[in-house]
Amino acid sequence: MSTEARSARRAHQFGRLFIYGSLIALAIFYLMPLWVMIVTSLKSLDEIYSGSFIGLPQAITFEAWEKAWGQACIGTACDGLRPYFVNSLLMVIPAVALSTAIGAINGYILTKWRFPGANFVFGLMLFGCFLPFQAVILPMAQLLGSLRLSGTIPGLVLVHTVYGVSFTTLFFRNYFITIPDELTRAAQIDGAGFFRIFFSVMLPTALPIIVVSCIWQFTQIWNDFLFGVSFTAGQSSPITVALNNIVNVTMGRKQYNVDMAAAMIAAIPTLVVYIVAGRYFVRGLTAGAVKG
Amino acid sequence: MSTLEIDRVRKAYGNLEVLKEVSISIGTGDFLVLLGPSGCGKSTLLNMIAGLETVTGGEIRIAGRTVNDLSPKDRDIAMVFQSYALYPTMTVRQNIEFGMKIRKVAQADRDKAVKTASDLLQITHLLDRKPSQLSGGQRQRVAMGRAIVREPKLFLFDEPLSNLDAKLRVDMRTEIKRLHARLGTTIVYVTHDQIEAMTLATRVAVMKDGVVQQLDEPQAVYDRPANVYVARFVGSPAMNIVPALLEADGTAVIEIARRPAARVGGIALSADALHRYAGKRVLVGIRPENFSIAPTGSTAPSMTIDFDVVEPTGPDTLAVFQLGGVEVTARLPPRQAHAGREAALAVDTSKIVLFDSETETRID
Repeated sequence: MSTEARSARRAHQFGRLFIYGSLIALAIFYLMPLWVMIVTSLKSLDEIYSGSFIGLPQAITFEAWEKAWGQACIGTACDGLRPYFVNSLLMVIPAVALSTAIGAINGYILTKWRFPGANFVFGLMLFGCFLPFQAVILPMAQLLGSLRLSGTIPGLVLVHTVYGVSFTTLFFRNYFITIPDELTRAAQIDGAGFFRIFFSVMLPTALPIIVVSCIWQFTQIWNDFLFGVSFTAGQSSPITVALNNIVNVTMGRKQYNVDMAAAMIAAIPTLVVYIVAGRYFVRGLTAGAVKG
Repeated sequence: MSTLEIDRVRKAYGNLEVLKEVSISIGTGDFLVLLGPSGCGKSTLLNMIAGLETVTGGEIRIAGRTVNDLSPKDRDIAMVFQSYALYPTMTVRQNIEFGMKIRKVAQADRDKAVKTASDLLQITHLLDRKPSQLSGGQRQRVAMGRAIVREPKLFLFDEPLSNLDAKLRVDMRTEIKRLHARLGTTIVYVTHDQIEAMTLATRVAVMKDGVVQQLDEPQAVYDRPANVYVARFVGSPAMNIVPALLEADGTAVIEIARRPAARVGGIALSADALHRYAGKRVLVGIRPENFSIAPTGSTAPSMTIDFDVVEPTGPDTLAVFQLGGVEVTARLPPRQAHAGREAALAVDTSKIVLFDSETETRID
């Protein structure tokens, strides 16, 4: 082997080493908070206060998880996160379903039943993607008040659906535009009407983008704090608000283990959604980029 | 009875007129090909017949019934699209059945129709596959199957072969012709391929800029093109259009550089036309195959030219030379033409067509 080839190989090996080395270092860096959360949530409070923060727990205990789930005090009630977890589910499921359904119909109309000014309407809807949450809080509060939905979970469902439609419309419009118009024309000639084409022809092809829309909406709505804290109070709060209350309101010693467990509980649903449907997510995001 | 009448039909998008008073009428069992380059309005016309585009003016009648305001499903038509437009998530069987399901045809009848169509198109073994698992030719067959089970009064084909490779295109062309012969239904077929038009049609409508240039049977379009545009569009290589001077006795005189002018006599012309064009410049249309090498010692009129380029294609040779100041192609038997050599060429004058040099329309 010539020296040139050898030095080229060495340079290559060094390059690999550098790439993997930095990737691993970055991964550790990013996973550090998660690690601290997990180990802390599994420690007893005494152990935490005795000084070990990063190390493995000496005795694993799920006490903190039980407490966070069922006994932690939020305000005056000491029922843990469970009722708020249920609140979040009651909010997130209808809001995701509604915003995805409306987005799908919008995307279908904007691509396959084009009307004069369709692009303008789409532009307006896109504008909604760039509206900051803070800008809509006051008018939204007024609207909810006049609809008598203030402080209720259906009110939150409405807020998140309206806010999410901009994004879901964008997703579905960009997906459906890659589906040839001839497909809808063929279905029209076969005698299918507006909804028949939508349900029998368009939606079945749109599975990847439905998954994308659901994941996106689920994480956005589940993790939302601002709307939750602005439009609900007390017993009807979503989990993010309850989590904030657990963490920020303590009497006596700060219960780090319970806080960590509570934060984990609040984060688990989005994690599960990503792990279960993640591969569709990537596929859906790149769909249309390459025509199959 | 399944006739189609297109009666002074117009289509405009705002101020942009895409179709200008198109009138075409065909009878039961006819195979109408709408032929033209992209943007000539042929696909728009087809979509208007299908009901996928609105009609700006005029009337479309299928089997005597005005369909202007009927939705596609009520027009008794079936359509095959360029991209085949198979429903990607459905199997071949479901694709073929879809229309019948919507029309609430009973399961037993659906099965029978699917079987008949799939036997006819030899796709029975593919019925449980998804479109993505099929080749281009197979998809084409499925698309035709979907149209056939409809048993329509009118079949519409929108450039159905243009997505296939050359070999398959020829096979499917034959297949469509056979299908037409067996089913005997009226067909409207859009293409930009003049060979498809020649081989398939019983009637060809050559279109340009939203106007029908000529509507006739294919051979008539080929032999007697209505104008220079049609003459150049139909036939490959295209018809040669050569400027000439028409003499009072009906002889066309064509200049040849550095050679005596060619005198082509015996062109069929009416007395009236001869009277009007005598002594004027005209355009002479000569098909490449109407040239031949003049037999040595023959007394028949011929012209002496110099071959410029010679392209053997196998069955015959295309020889390019200058005539009347333009480039002209002759289709000659193999090994008869040699580049750079001079030759005496005879012309089959009975096949010659004359055009007005101003309007470019045919002179009869």
